[in-house]
Amino acid sequence: MIYEPSALAVAVFLLFVGVTLAISFRLGAQAKSSQGYFAAGGGIPWFVNGIAFAGDYLSAASFLGICGMIAFYGYDGFLYSIGYLAGWIVALFVIAEPIRRLGKYTFADALDSRFNSRAIRLSAALSTLVVSLFYLIPQMVGAGALVKPLLGLPHWAGVSIVGAVVVLIVVTAGMASTTYVQFLKGSLLVLFSVWLTVLILQRGLAVDERYRASVGNPFAVQQTLRVTADGQRLVNGLPQGKGPGQADFFPVGHVSKLPDGQLETGPLGPIAFLRTLQQSEVVLWSSATTTELDGSRLTTYSQRAVPGSEILRPGNSPTFKGVRSDKLQDKLNFLSLMLALFCGTASLPHILIRYYTVKDQAAARKSTVVGIGSIGFFYILTLYLGLGAMTSGAIDVTNSNMAAPLLARSMGELLFAMISAIAFTTVLGTVSGLIVASSGAVAHDLAESFVREPLTDHEKIRIAKLAAVVVGVVAMALGILFEKMNVNFLVGWAFSVAASANLPSLVMLLFWKGTTRQGITAAILAGMVSSLAWILLSEDTFKDVYGLPPEQAWAPFSQPGIVTIPLGFLTVVVVSLLTRPPKREADTD
Amino acid sequence: MAGFHPATDTTPEAASPRRTRLGLWLFATYLALYSGFMALNAVAPERMEQTPWAGVNVAILYGMGLIFAAFVLAIMYEALCRRIDRQDREPGGDA
Repeated sequence: MIYEPSALAVAVFLLFVGVTLAISFRLGAQAKSSQGYFAAGGGIPWFVNGIAFAGDYLSAASFLGICGMIAFYGYDGFLYSIGYLAGWIVALFVIAEPIRRLGKYTFADALDSRFNSRAIRLSAALSTLVVSLFYLIPQMVGAGALVKPLLGLPHWAGVSIVGAVVVLIVVTAGMASTTYVQFLKGSLLVLFSVWLTVLILQRGLAVDERYRASVGNPFAVQQTLRVTADGQRLVNGLPQGKGPGQADFFPVGHVSKLPDGQLETGPLGPIAFLRTLQQSEVVLWSSATTTELDGSRLTTYSQRAVPGSEILRPGNSPTFKGVRSDKLQDKLNFLSLMLALFCGTASLPHILIRYYTVKDQAAARKSTVVGIGSIGFFYILTLYLGLGAMTSGAIDVTNSNMAAPLLARSMGELLFAMISAIAFTTVLGTVSGLIVASSGAVAHDLAESFVREPLTDHEKIRIAKLAAVVVGVVAMALGILFEKMNVNFLVGWAFSVAASANLPSLVMLLFWKGTTRQGITAAILAGMVSSLAWILLSEDTFKDVYGLPPEQAWAPFSQPGIVTIPLGFLTVVVVSLLTRPPKREADTD
Repeated sequence: MAGFHPATDTTPEAASPRRTRLGLWLFATYLALYSGFMALNAVAPERMEQTPWAGVNVAILYGMGLIFAAFVLAIMYEALCRRIDRQDREPGGDA
């Protein structure tokens, strides 16, 4: 779909960018020492940190990806919400207090607290970089998806703008500015999502005009996109555009039948909205792509009426089809993803370093409780936002990531401007957290390990800033390369790698005295390499990244967690047992 | 082989074994709820379609229940940790 840029949206967007940069420059003075740059001096109030957790965590994947998935497939997107939130239980009950107690600036600090091992620092830094890059890709893709309708700029421009602004935020004031940008973004995201949800409920549900008529078959209408061998895009047989002799996709997302023959419901309460939808019929669009003899690729979008009871049950999307499949592999794929979401949160480097920005364990715990409250509340709202988009008559059949902003546009230009700008700030907040985590790993863990002596504060910060620029540029390149993938799907992979590489060694370090430095190093490397290899050899990567037939994939199913997380635990136990110190030494440890 | 229990740390802000135990119990409680959700989806997905209350199906009720349960357990943990900290600070406490 071609989007008309909105002057109001541009103004709000520029205001948001201006405010975030002003915060960064104002806090720049706090980032002169390592403690200030990497951990905001440890002086962030717990409530601010808790909302900043939400700002850090509620990424483009949460906002754009989940809403898009619910809008296109129904309940399945909510499974991500449930899994993402459940992961905070591991963070609160198992990780929060120890990581604050044992660490200083990075995740490697905690892992290395008992050993002073160069190998642990190197492997933990490597894992931080890999996980951060995997997580950065969907954020950048989300940025590109947003800037298209907001500013009328191409995808690559959106990715580049986000990259440049975030690098500026991080380089200026490190964790202090990142925290306050995330606090601002977390607060605005939750508040405006509440507003949008209230409007969805006020609007209620209505049968679209075209499905009210008793003549003809409205479901027979299709939309097509042909991309010719020389790259020309034809929509419904005409060049894509808004001018004469051109055509563009029309917006979709309609109710075709309401219970008891109603044509519209009027305002509904939160429970009544779900109940009514359960008894209604909604038009969903699916796509099929074929390659023609002339080398062009034809994608046909077709509609079908789906009962609400089907939409509100799990297993409708390609990602979660395993729920309704008879194949064991498909079931394992589902369980594997849900396990990775559960274990992944407490293994994400940019989440873990947020525990160092508060003064003590109690503050770490309290901020996690605030984070769970705000994140959980937002995830409940995602169900309404997604279903609201599904029935808004405003969504783009070609781009699930745009469902939430287009839903807002159906409510009015001001709300669209605000939601788009907030979504853009959402990307800024998460990306800046990831870049701080990566630059900390490079400056504090990698660089010190290589020079084999402590760096001065000045040197460490200089290296961190340089690393922030490099990571930012790499993230921009990857964001452009992965333009077409659903952002939520990519985040699922980041969670799998994080959970496989980081969680086993962290948990075993905390709860098993027999853990050795070799065990920790081996577990990080085994978890990271095995999960990465699994992903690269999976069906989804073959299909969506390499463009190869999915049946050629080597991995038996796409999500690695159910194999690679236990492998990480097994590795730390076996290697620790094999490398444990002699009995006498162990006794005096 | 050493047993599975909180590792000793020598940093100024020490771990509280009681808080750790409490955290593990609450974690186990939530893990059971979450595992039940995964198992129900994987083994009996048709159960998720039933509408036991207010015309809303099990998938939504259980999913929202998990989100609420996380918040309730988190609040409970914070309240109990504060009590443990208070008791530990009292004369004769662990601290």
